[in-house]
Order: sequence, then structure tokens, then C-alpha cells
Amino acid sequence: MAAQLKPGQGPLEFSRRLWLRTLFAITILVLYTPIFVLIAFSFNKQNRGGVWKGFTFENYPKAWNNSAIFDAMINSLTIAFVTTLVATIIGTMVAVMLWRFKFPGKPAYEAVMGLPIVIPEICMGVALLLFFNKSGMTQLLAGAVWPLNLLTIIIAHIAFCFPFVTIVVRSRLVGFNRQLEEASKDLGATEMQTFWKILVPFMKPGLIAGALLAFTLSLDDFVITFFTAGPETVTFPVKIYSMVKTGVKYEVNAASTVLIIITIVATVLAMKLQSTEKAN
Amino acid sequence: MDDWKSNRNVFWTLSTPGTIWLVLFFLIPISILFVLSMSDKLVVDGETSINDYDYLTGITNYLRALDPNIISIFLRTLWWSLLSTLACLLIGYPLAFGICFAPERARPLLLLLIILPFWINLLIRTYALKTTMGANGIINWILETVGIGPVSLLGTTPAVIFGLVYVFLPFMVLPLYSTIERLDRSFLEASLDLGATQAQTFWRVTFPLTMPGVVTGIILVFIPCLGMFLISDELGGASSWMIGNVIQKQFGSSNDWPFGSALSFILMFLTFGVLFLQWLYQRRSKGVSA
Repeated sequence: MAAQLKPGQGPLEFSRRLWLRTLFAITILVLYTPIFVLIAFSFNKQNRGGVWKGFTFENYPKAWNNSAIFDAMINSLTIAFVTTLVATIIGTMVAVMLWRFKFPGKPAYEAVMGLPIVIPEICMGVALLLFFNKSGMTQLLAGAVWPLNLLTIIIAHIAFCFPFVTIVVRSRLVGFNRQLEEASKDLGATEMQTFWKILVPFMKPGLIAGALLAFTLSLDDFVITFFTAGPETVTFPVKIYSMVKTGVKYEVNAASTVLIIITIVATVLAMKLQSTEKAN
Repeated sequence: MDDWKSNRNVFWTLSTPGTIWLVLFFLIPISILFVLSMSDKLVVDGETSINDYDYLTGITNYLRALDPNIISIFLRTLWWSLLSTLACLLIGYPLAFGICFAPERARPLLLLLIILPFWINLLIRTYALKTTMGANGIINWILETVGIGPVSLLGTTPAVIFGLVYVFLPFMVLPLYSTIERLDRSFLEASLDLGATQAQTFWRVTFPLTMPGVVTGIILVFIPCLGMFLISDELGGASSWMIGNVIQKQFGSSNDWPFGSALSFILMFLTFGVLFLQWLYQRRSKGVSA
């Protein structure tokens, strides 16, 4: 006779096992402690040194007024917005093309398109560094006015972001019923009208997911930016990199906190959008 | 699927921008990298030029990578990536498993908790880790309070491995979660009903069935680990360089672009080697199930 099972000891109730819960709790603690410490120290009175000296909001206006941090942040956001826009458009077009047509050399085309995703970022970074340098673009844009001096970074970001968009949008298109498209054309709609009125609304969740992915990848990127940035252009990650080397003031924590909040709000918003899309 | 000839206008409109971008800003740069990896710096009258090259001279740069120092850095990179991947698997598998078996309403939130850090900027996370492990960081503060005294954590191998696991854990949890979620639980119930222990059920039923997720997770963690230079730069010291750091140095202070290009290509081929192993595995497992 088997002993009576207490709640939580059922053979498949793994989520109630104590050791699993402990592991989960420890992981969450380890994942979040550094981030919370970073946020906490953005409210530290003393400027640096790692010792808590009391609560203040001063670091936030200081970060805002620190032109180096502010410019880096504006650069990062500008690059991310332009990249998202272009990468989403190009990526979606390629996704629709790959989904709709068969053509000679298609497997090879798909393999090449996957390369920017699989090869190590540093390889792509140095390759683009060489390209911009040898083609004279670096020299040409070095003294250019803002935002033209960001062009090399934007081009590089689009190159590694749009294949991600293609993958996301294409996986959404798999579920599309092509009879809708045929019906639309039978009823006299042009290619353009069918695309905008039938295909785009269907792809919308994929477009949002793809755009969000491109935005985060661009905003997050350090390696490729590090190699493709001109001497005068700095993005926020590159700025943190150099500041961590030379000693950090807590203004950086304040700016980081703002960026963390932007990222989290964007993520949660996109997830909400997608779940309501699904519910409809 | 339509043939491309059935509607050439639409085909060309859709494919042109992406193809141009791919050729101009990916294939051509990679080709330049390849050409430079086979080139040497131009020597005029016994003086080596700073940025002019004698193109396609041979494979000397690849031979230079056979230097024992470079080989040991390559081996270290592979070894550390392997360790970090294993650690991610050991921690990530139970986590993904636990989330999948949690009440349905709690699952999205639990998953979000694990993957949210992935959306936070890598530099911010690295900087946060560095402060946490630093001399005045919270870990040392706890250690001092307990009486173990300050320990220098930064610059050690465990610090780098820890950093890699910290950064890449979500990459392991996500594919595992999506595989385990689709697992048919009646298999587990059948196995337990037929008298297998939990351990037997896990190793002979659950784990083999979730292998695709395990393989994807390993690939998603192992490959970015190989090319990483930020974590080893920030959390390690000069003695804990990975191959990414050496490449970065060739394009920075060493100003030896041809050698850096050759190292990049070796790293790329290592990556392809890993993907080839994955392909072999997939082909074999397809053969078994057919």
C-alpha cells in the first residue's frame, strides 16, 4: 500500500519541490542583486567609491547635464530608432519574399542570411571596421555633422538586425491562409492593396516582435558599435565601457537606471500588445 | 509557393533592398577580412608601413596563430566556454523544468523573471557585476561581516565563468522551456506507473525527449561565449584573456590587422565546426526516428 500523498508530493508536482524552489529563489537573487545594487547606488550622496553615504536624487540632474553621458544616450536612441525602422522594413520584405517565392539558390540565400546571426559578433565587427575604413566611409564621415556621423554604426546595426526580423516575421507568416490573399486579388485588389490590407494586418504581431527585437539588439550592442564607431561618436554602452575603465561616477548609475526602465517598459508593453493580439 | 518568374516585379521589389544590404555590408566586408588575413604589411625600403598592405601574400598570419601562447588562449577559450555552457545547462534545466510544471497562470511571470535581465543592456549588467564583485562590493561586504575578510574576486577564472553564466543563462532557459512545455506528460506518468523511479524516468524518458532543446541551448550559449571579450576584459585580468581579447588588441593597440583578421577567421571556423556538430547530431537523430 502506498502511503497517502501529501499535497505537493505528487509524482509530477515538480514546481512544489523544495530544492527546485530554492534553486529558483537563489537564481533570481543572483540575477537581480547586482542590478538592484546599481540602481540603489544611483541614489548615493557620495559621487564614487562604493560606500553608501545617504539618499539623494542629485545624480539624475547631474547625468542629464553631463553632456558626454547625455549625448551618448541620444546617439544610442537615435541609432536604435533608425535601425528599427529600416531593419523592420527590409527584414519584412525579405521574409515575405522567402515565404512566397521559390527561386534557384534559395537554400544558399537563406544560409547566407543566417550568417550575421551565427558568426561571432567580433568577427562581424572587425569585418565592418575594415570595410568602412577601406571604402573611405570612416574618413568621409569622421567630421560630418550629427546625425550623419552615426551612419556607419546605423548601417552596421541594420546589417545584423534585419535577419532577426526576417526570422520572426517569417515564422508568423507560416500560419497565413493564402486563400485570403487569392480572395483579395480575385475581388480586384492590386498587389499593393492586398499587401497592405491583408498581409500587413496578419503579420502585425510578428512585426511588433521583430521591431522590438531589433530595437533591443541595437540599443544593447557594444561589440559591433565599438569597432564601427568613428573617433568622435560614442554610444551609451561604449561610454560605460570607457568610464568603467577610468573610474565611474554615480551619474552613470543614474543614466543606466533610466535605460533599464525604458527597456523594461518597452518589453512589458510589447508583451501586452502581443497577448491582446493573440486574444483577438 | 509561387515561382519567382510568376511575378518578377514583386519578387525583385521585395528582395532587392535586403540582398543589397547583405552583399554590400556583410559579404563584401567578410571578403575584405579574408583578403587581409592573407596579407602582410607593406615593407618599403625595410620600413614597415602602418596601414598599407601587400595583399594576398600567403598564410603566414594563420601560421602565426600556431604560437603556443595563442594556442593556449584558444584552448582556454574553448574550455571556459564549455564550462560555462555546462553550468548554464545544470542550472537552466531544473529552472525550465520547474517553470513548466508550475501552475499555468504563474508560468509567464516566472519565465519573464528569468529572461528580463537579458533585455537589460549587457554593458550595464557587466558593470553591475563588476561593482558587486569589487573590493567595496556587496559580496565582500557580506564576507567581511561574516568574518571571512575581503577576498579579491575580480581577475580570477571563477569570476569570468560566473560572468559568462550570468549573462547567457536566459539563452539556455528559453529553448529548454519551449521544449519541455511541449513534452507529453503521459510518457512520464506511464514510466512512473510501470515502476520506474523518478531518476530512471528522468534519464530514460524526460531527458532524451527534451534533447532538441538541450542542443539548441548549448549552441546558443557556447557560440557567443567563444567570441566574448567584454566579460573576460572587465571581470578577468590580463592573465584571463579569451581569444576575443587578442583579436580586439590586434585592431587596437597592437595595430596588426592582418593577424587579427586571421584570428577572426579561425574563430569563425570554430563556430562553423560547432554548427556542423549540431547538424550531424540532427541528421543522426532524424535517422533514428525514421
